[in-house]
Amino acid sequence: MAERAQPISAWPGIGAAALVAALILGTLAAVALRAETSGGFSPADWAALRFTLTQAILSALFSVALAVPVARALARRRFPGRRALIALLGAPFILPVIVAILGLLQVFGRSGWISDVLGVFGLPPIRIYGLHGVVLAHVFFNLPLATRLVLQAWQEIPAERFRLAAQLGCNGMAMFRLIELPMLKRTLPGVIAVIFAICLTSFAVALTLGGGPRATTIELAIYQAFTYDFDLGRAALLSALQLALTAAAALAALRFSRGDGFGTGLDRALQRWDGGAPALDAFWIAAAAAFLLLPLASVVISGLAGVFDMPALVFRAALTSVFVAAASTLILLVLALPMATAVASGRHGLVELSGILGLAASPLVIGTGLFILIRPVVNPTMLALPVTALVNAAMALPFALRILVPAAKDITARHGRLALSLNMGKWTYFRRVLVPRMRPQIGFAAGLGAALSMGDLGVIALFADPQIATLPLQIYRLMGAYQMQAAAGGALLLLLLSMGAFWLLDRGGRWHAEA
Amino acid sequence: MLKLDRCVIENGSFTLSADIEIETGANVAIIGPSGAGKSTLLETIAGFRDLKKGQILWDGARISNLLPGQRPLAMLFQDGNLFPHLTAAQNVALGLRPNGRLTTDEEAQVLSALDRVALPGFGDRRPAELSGGQQSRVALARVLVQHRALLLLDEPFAALGPALKAEMLDLVAGLVAETDTTFLMVSHDPQDARRIAGQTVLVADEVVHAPAQTETLFDNPPPSLRAYLGS
Amino acid sequence: MKHLLIAAGILSATSAIAADKPQLTVYTYDSFVSDWGPGPQVKEAFEAVCECELNLVGVEDGAALLSRIRLEGENSDADVVLGLDTNLITAAKETGLFAPNPVSAEFALPIEWSDDTFTPYDWGYFAFVHNADATAPANFRELADSDTKIIIQDPRSSTPGLGLLMWVKAAYGDEAPEIWAGLADNIVTVTKGWSEAYGLFLEGESDMVLSYTTSPAYHLIAEEDASKAAAAFDEGNYLQVEVAAKLAGTDQPELANKFLNFMVTDAFQQIIPTTNWMYPAVTPADGLPEGFDTLTVPAKSLLFSPDEAAAVRDQALAEWQNALSQ
Repeated sequence: MAERAQPISAWPGIGAAALVAALILGTLAAVALRAETSGGFSPADWAALRFTLTQAILSALFSVALAVPVARALARRRFPGRRALIALLGAPFILPVIVAILGLLQVFGRSGWISDVLGVFGLPPIRIYGLHGVVLAHVFFNLPLATRLVLQAWQEIPAERFRLAAQLGCNGMAMFRLIELPMLKRTLPGVIAVIFAICLTSFAVALTLGGGPRATTIELAIYQAFTYDFDLGRAALLSALQLALTAAAALAALRFSRGDGFGTGLDRALQRWDGGAPALDAFWIAAAAAFLLLPLASVVISGLAGVFDMPALVFRAALTSVFVAAASTLILLVLALPMATAVASGRHGLVELSGILGLAASPLVIGTGLFILIRPVVNPTMLALPVTALVNAAMALPFALRILVPAAKDITARHGRLALSLNMGKWTYFRRVLVPRMRPQIGFAAGLGAALSMGDLGVIALFADPQIATLPLQIYRLMGAYQMQAAAGGALLLLLLSMGAFWLLDRGGRWHAEA
Repeated sequence: MLKLDRCVIENGSFTLSADIEIETGANVAIIGPSGAGKSTLLETIAGFRDLKKGQILWDGARISNLLPGQRPLAMLFQDGNLFPHLTAAQNVALGLRPNGRLTTDEEAQVLSALDRVALPGFGDRRPAELSGGQQSRVALARVLVQHRALLLLDEPFAALGPALKAEMLDLVAGLVAETDTTFLMVSHDPQDARRIAGQTVLVADEVVHAPAQTETLFDNPPPSLRAYLGS
Repeated sequence: MKHLLIAAGILSATSAIAADKPQLTVYTYDSFVSDWGPGPQVKEAFEAVCECELNLVGVEDGAALLSRIRLEGENSDADVVLGLDTNLITAAKETGLFAPNPVSAEFALPIEWSDDTFTPYDWGYFAFVHNADATAPANFRELADSDTKIIIQDPRSSTPGLGLLMWVKAAYGDEAPEIWAGLADNIVTVTKGWSEAYGLFLEGESDMVLSYTTSPAYHLIAEEDASKAAAAFDEGNYLQVEVAAKLAGTDQPELANKFLNFMVTDAFQQIIPTTNWMYPAVTPADGLPEGFDTLTVPAKSLLFSPDEAAAVRDQALAEWQNALSQ
C-alpha cells in the first residue's frame, strides 16, 4: 500500500529520540574516550554476565506471569478502594533501593515477620538469600509496574468488544482467547523487555539478596571497573554490553508485539459481562496486595517511629526533590510525547529503541560521561539538579513510552483521517486532538515519571554539592551517619511525596476524561 | 466538474480503473457489490490513497497531488466523524478553522449551521451525550460550514434506522441543493439512490463505470448490476 | 525548570558572595560533608582562621573519591583530597597527582606514621559489632566454626569490605582462602556498602556486622544506648587510617598547606570523634569524649603498608570471590 499521509510529523519525535540517544551513547563514548587503558572482559565478567542474564530473565518472566492474573482480576472487579489499591501497588517501584530492601527483609528476612511466624511453630526461618531472593525482590519491584501496564492494556480494549463477546455467549475462557489473548500477545513482549532491562542494571538489590559474590551483576562489575580498578575502558565496554542486551530484548519485543490495534471504540465506561470466578480474582488481588503492601507497611511502621527524629534538613531536601521531580517530569513529557507520536505515525522502531535504552544505561556511566562532558564548560556541581532531572527523565522515558505509544497509535488510527480531511495543522492536531485524547495516559506517565524521579538517587551523588541534596541522597546520608531511624522517617516522607505526586498527576489526567 | 482521468487504484489484491467525469452540481450514488471498491474510490478522491496511475481533476485543475485537507471537498466516513472529547460546537468549528480561534462572525456561523441541522442549543454537548442521528447532524453541520464544492459520503448513516436515514438523506439533499454542491454517496440501497441521486455510478468488475441516470439504470440494469440487485 | 534554576541560583549564590576571598576546594567522601558529618563544623572552624572560603565537595566514598581525582586529572578543581585510606595510597601516588607536603604532629596512631605526602586525620579498628548481651567469637577460626551469622560488605564497592579482605590476608596470609571457605556459611549476605549492612544488622538479620570498634560509641553517646559492642579478635584487628593530601596541580598551595596543618590541630581533631565516629589522629588536649573510654581496644593491630596492600589486593580479592562463590 502506498505511504499514507499522516496527520502529524514524526520529525520532532525523531529529534527527541536522537537527543536521548546522544545522551546515552554520547556519555558512553565520553567515558570510553577518556579511558587510559583499553580493558577487555575478564572471566569474572563472563560469570557476571551469566548471572545477570539468568536473574533478569527469571525476574521478567515471573513478574509478568504474576501480573497477568492480578491485572485481569483488577480489570474485571469493582470494589471500594480499588483505585487506592492500584495507586498503592505502584509504591515499591518508586522506593529508593535501600529502603525497599530493608522493607522487604523486614517481611521475608531471617528475622522478618514470616520467619517470626514460622518460629512460633518451631520452624526454621526462611532462607531468602540466593537467586530466588533476587528474583523475589525484583518481582516485588516490578510486579506493580507490570500489573499497571497490563491493566492499562486491558482497559484500552473497547467495551464494544466485550459486549460483542458477551452477546455471543463467550464465557471466561473463550473471552480470554478471543479478546484478551491477542491483547496480551501484543502487550506482554514489551512489558517483559522493559522489566528484563530494568533487572539487567540491578546492583545493590541483586548483591544483597543474592547473598554474596555469586550474585555479581554487570552493573556491579561496572562499578568495580570505575572505582576499584579505575578501568574506564572496561566500564565502557561492560556498559555497551548492557545496552546491546537491552537493545536486543527491545527489538525482539517490537517484533513480537507488532500487530493491529483494537480499532475504534466509543468512549464508554468499561463494563464487562464475563462473570469469571470471583473467588479466584479475589485470591489474586489479595495475594498481590499482601506481597506488595506488607513490606510497605514495614516501611511505614519504621518510618513513623523516625518521623520525629527527622532534622529540618530533610524537609529542605524534600523540597529540592519536588523541584527536581517537577523539572524531570516536564523534560520527560517534552521528550516522550513527540516520540510516542512519531512511533504512532509510522514504523519508527529506532525511536522506540532509543527510548528503551534509558533503562539499560548505567547511571554511573551516564553520570560520569556527563561529568566528563560538562566539566570543561562549567563546574558540574552548579548543574547538579538540572543534570539529575535530565537523567531521571531519560531513565523514566521507557516507561512513559510504553504507556503513551499504544494510546497515540490508537488515536491516530481513529482520528487521523478526519483531521487530515479537515486540513488540521500538525500542531493543532497535537494540541487539540492527541493531547486531550491522551490525557489519562499522559497523567499516568507523568505521575510515574515524577514518582520515579523523586525516589531515584540518580546521578546527584556524582555531582554532589553539600548544600543541595535530594531526599534520597539525604536518606543515604542519614544512614551513613548511623541515623537509621531518621532515615526511616525520611523514607516514609519520600514514599508519601512520591505517591502524592503520582496520585495527583494520574488523577489529574483522568479528571473529566472519562466523560 | 470532477474528472477521474485514466485512474488506476491499487488496494491490496485488486485494482480499480476509473475514467469518468461528473458534472458540477450532480448528485451521484455509487453502487456496487460489497468489496468492489466503492469506499476505496471515495478514499482515493479524498486523498487518503495514492493513485497508481492517472490523475484527478476538479474544474480542470489537478487535485490528486494535494493533501486531503487541501482538496476542495468534505467527506463523512462510516464512523469517527466527530472528536469525542470536543463539544458539538467545537466539532463544527473545526470545519471553519481547524487551527485557530473563531471570530465572533464565525461563531455565529457555527450556531446557524447547528440551527440548520435542527440542533439549536446542542452546541455544548459532547458526542457521547448525543444520539446517533444527532451525531450525524453535527457532522453535517460541519460539512455546511466547510463550504466545499464537493461532498463525499461513505455511508455515514448506515447505522441509523430507515426513517432516520431517509430523513438525513433528505436533509443532505436539501443542503446540497441549496449550496449547489457536487455530491457523491456510497450506497447499498437502490432506494437511497432513487431518493436523492440523479445519477448513479456502478463499481463492479474492477471498473468504475460512467455515471448513468439513476432511473434509467435501475429500470434497465446491466448484467453486473442485475447480479448485485439479485433481480 | 525556571524555578529550579532560580532555586539552584539562590543556593549557589552563597558561594558567589565570598568570591573575593581565596577559595580552597577539598574533595572528600559524602558522609564527611553531610550535615551529620564533620564537614559543616570543619568549614566553620577553618574559615574562622584562614581568611578564605572552604569548599567541601563530597564524592560517594574513598575509592570513588580517588576515581574522581583520576578522572579530573591534572586540572582538577580540588586543592586537597581528604578521605583516602592506606589501601588507596599506593594507587594514589602512582597517579603522580599528589604533591609531598610533610605535616608533623604527635600522631596517636597505634602504628608509626611516616609519609611525606599523606597526612592521617583519623583512624579506627575494623571490628564485628554485635549485641552486647551476646558472646562474640574470639577470632576468625572460632567465628567460622560457630553458627554466628555475619553481614559483610563487598570489597569491590565498599571501604570496610576491602578492609576485611586485608584483615584476613594480614592475619592469615596463605591460609586466607581456607578462612574464607570456613566463613562462607556464616555470611548471611554481602552488601554494596556500609549503610545497607548496618541497617540489616539493626533489623536483626545477623548476629554481627562488619563495622568499627567505634560504632558502639555512636549508640552510647548519641542514643544513650549501651546495647552494642565490638569484638576484639585475638589475631588482631585491622586498622583503617584515613588520610588527606595536597594535589600537585593546586592553585592554592599555601592555603592547602595551611589546611593540612590545621587538620592535625585540636580545632579539627575534636570534631572528629562524635561526627565521623572515628579516633582522632591527634588526641585533642581535652582528650576523647566521654564514652570512648568504654570502647573495645584490640590488643593487637594489623595493617599492611600501602605498598603491601596494593601488592596483595587483587590476589586477596580473587581468593575471596572463589571461596564465596562455591
